[in-house]
Amino acid sequence: MIADFIIGIIFITYAVVLLLSLGAVLTWVERKQAAIMADRIGANRCYIRIPFTNIKLTAFGLFHAMADGLKMLLKENFKPKAYDRVAYFLAPWLVFTPVLLVFAVIPFGGVLTPSKIHPWLATFFGDKTYPMQIASLDSGLLIFFAIAGISVIGTILAGWSSQNKFSLLGSIRAASQMISYELSLGLSLVGVILIYGTLDLGQMTTQQSGVIAGFLPAWGIFFQPFAAILFLTAAIAENKRIPFDLPEAESELIAGYFTEFSAMKMGLFMFSEFIEIAIISALFTTIFLGGCNLPWMNNDGLFIPGIFSINLPHAFIVPFQMLIFLIKVLLMSSFQILIRWSLPRFRYDQLLAFGWKFLLPLSTLNLIITVFLVYFIRGGGQ
Amino acid sequence: MKRKEYWNQEKMGLWEKLYLFEIIRGLWVTGSVFTRNMFRWCTGRKGTLTYYYPEEIRPDFSPFNRGRHLLTTRPDGALQCIACQMCSTVCPARCIEIEADILDIKDTAHPKQPKRFEIDYARCIFCGFCIEACPEDAIRMVKDVHDLPSSNNEEMWISKEELTHWNPQKDVAKPYPPKNKELKK
Repeated sequence: MIADFIIGIIFITYAVVLLLSLGAVLTWVERKQAAIMADRIGANRCYIRIPFTNIKLTAFGLFHAMADGLKMLLKENFKPKAYDRVAYFLAPWLVFTPVLLVFAVIPFGGVLTPSKIHPWLATFFGDKTYPMQIASLDSGLLIFFAIAGISVIGTILAGWSSQNKFSLLGSIRAASQMISYELSLGLSLVGVILIYGTLDLGQMTTQQSGVIAGFLPAWGIFFQPFAAILFLTAAIAENKRIPFDLPEAESELIAGYFTEFSAMKMGLFMFSEFIEIAIISALFTTIFLGGCNLPWMNNDGLFIPGIFSINLPHAFIVPFQMLIFLIKVLLMSSFQILIRWSLPRFRYDQLLAFGWKFLLPLSTLNLIITVFLVYFIRGGGQ
Repeated sequence: MKRKEYWNQEKMGLWEKLYLFEIIRGLWVTGSVFTRNMFRWCTGRKGTLTYYYPEEIRPDFSPFNRGRHLLTTRPDGALQCIACQMCSTVCPARCIEIEADILDIKDTAHPKQPKRFEIDYARCIFCGFCIEACPEDAIRMVKDVHDLPSSNNEEMWISKEELTHWNPQKDVAKPYPPKNKELKK
């Protein structure tokens, strides 16, 4: 019991630290990547001076994230004169908390067996194995959608409570956009659920550890390439980023639903947006890119079916798989930022038409085709 | 030769209506610029068109660009300037202040020397009249205007010593050495 508790605490600490630092790092990635794409240098002036010397650490501008946080903490905590007291204070947290909570169901590594790492640990942990996931629930994906849906309420409350027409318009846009895209977000994943036959994200990862047709890794993106594109599109729309950033279109609505929020309250909105990039990447990695799996590698070591297999020590495999997951997440985040800096913003009617008339029918079609294929390939309902 | 038309057509074709392929094309453009610049940076070359301004002077200043001033010296190290006040007289911005000092009354070629020679770069218009007016070739202009800007008007007064041995500070965060206090009224 105590052993489970300790492992749980370690996993939760890891996840929270990982998400918060990813949120900070992604602000840096966003700045730098945009700059490099535009032949510029990017933010690089922030430094930490080593005491008593004249050596300044700029670390390629990484400290700008810290400077941002400090600035937001020290800013005036402005409140509009007429505002809904409860909703106004609740809104940033309702946006921020679900984003952190959602990571609970996402597996960030393989399977941890403490007794295999060192025999001494066996005296305490016994022979137990822990999937590296805070909550390995049977209904993992449903929980994900349920919790992620809460943040819509946060945006609505933010716009409603701040007594500002721009905020209200922004939150109306945010609500309609997020609710319409949540539909195709869910529908695009139903086909994947049919193929894996489970909602548990940990089991999905284990199912993707094999090889199909002798050489391709058995990743979801090879079974459902179309669903992957639809999911990514809908997920970026859920995150309210360019090209779908109508709720905070600064040329029309100042800052949209968080116009009247200042200092760290506004920082929470921004921060949750950046963490959500990481969350979307993590979910995409888990479902479509095989999570922590590399091709020809499983929890025991390297293998090529029928040719050779090498066993690697467990103490190496576990951190290595965590690293693979992290690298995949960072690459996906970078790809999302590439999209954000390449595509222009939709018009509002285009946005909703795209959601309802283009994305939703396509994901339904994808689902229907998948259903038929699964029915016939798995042997016609026996 | 017929010129290529770059503007968008009025109606989107089927290819464009499908979104996806045009989006992939756009991502390809930005992504290839990104990889090109990253590759350049990784191989130790410059991946950008911009410069790290105060640390890096752009190399393409024209050789006769009128930048900041320089006071020339004689072989023995003393200033060429004889404090004749020609430059400060011709200066249309009235930004040169010279206070003369008798150096050696018997040296008829150079009887005087400036005790104080200061240029207010907050007012200087870089017209180059002072260079043309100077009978002794004591003041010149070099091509760059490195590190001139300041947040304070008083710090824009550049004194004789700095004009002679222009020593720009590498560090932008650190202010210049303090100027003569008597200038502040």
